[in-house]
Amino acid sequence: MNRDVLTIAGINFQSRFLLGTGKFSSKAVMRETIVASGSQIVTVALRRIDVEHSEENILEFIPAGTTLLVNTSGARNAKEAVRIARLAKEAGYGNWIKIEVINDSKYLLPDNAETIRATEQLTAEDFVVLPYMAPDLYVARALVKAGAAAVMPLGSLIGSHQGLKTQDMIQILIDEIDLPVIVDAGLGMPSHAAQAMEMGAAAALVNTAVATAQDPVRAGRAFALAVEAGRMAYLSRLSGPRTNAEASSPLTGLLENK
Amino acid sequence: MRITLNGKATAFENDLLLRQLVQNFCRQPEHVIAEVNGEIVKTDHWDQTVLKEGDVIELVGFVGGG
Repeated sequence: MNRDVLTIAGINFQSRFLLGTGKFSSKAVMRETIVASGSQIVTVALRRIDVEHSEENILEFIPAGTTLLVNTSGARNAKEAVRIARLAKEAGYGNWIKIEVINDSKYLLPDNAETIRATEQLTAEDFVVLPYMAPDLYVARALVKAGAAAVMPLGSLIGSHQGLKTQDMIQILIDEIDLPVIVDAGLGMPSHAAQAMEMGAAAALVNTAVATAQDPVRAGRAFALAVEAGRMAYLSRLSGPRTNAEASSPLTGLLENK
Repeated sequence: MRITLNGKATAFENDLLLRQLVQNFCRQPEHVIAEVNGEIVKTDHWDQTVLKEGDVIELVGFVGGG
């Protein structure tokens, strides 16, 4: 089998499973989950430090060599996303940014128009930009033009665990967009992640489903295996569904019944 | 001297450098990013940044997120 790597912005990754670091019961469990899942790209958020109860920083718990993808969660428009990105870069952990512009608190859907604006601005400032988006071909094309390093369409609403509700739209992006398509949000079970990978997605990102499992370490591993299985299935070019039955055992040399 | 620190009015009796503020309030200053009046102040400039009455300071860092 040929070596299969995920390449984003010229960097090669063996793992196609991206893990979010929110909602874990402890930073130690988060660390153990990152290790067990083999994830090489993890997302983090940027927030005000709690000056009254300053606690140990999450960075101390992320294994060395992991690529940090900082999200711009909390941004309601392009301007706020750009501000968060600039602050994040100052921390000195690279320039990878997951643009997340949300101004609807009920559905948490990304604002595609503001996302395109933020992508244009941040690629001009040499950030590696991975925009979280509602899957739409024209928006994805605009993001390609704006210099995005990948596109991250949502499978279903953030934290909903509903799987690939947007399957057909994501398939169009996979078929038409010449950038890694990373399915993000809504993947609630390993089978959802496997399905995305079987369709030809480049990678999958999961957070809530893993972090809120009773055993997050096992859940992380399960998702990572599903991503790997789905990818391998995609590369194997399965022959796909048929209408009629087709015997899998030979129909010759049968013992005749007399 | 009164400043706004992470959205909260905070008063200090003496003059204060940005570095002192970060060290007083953050357990791990090496992971802190500071913004004064909307402008990012790089770590190497924390010793030269004297806080003034009315300054708006944001001290931010990474947390878990998806």
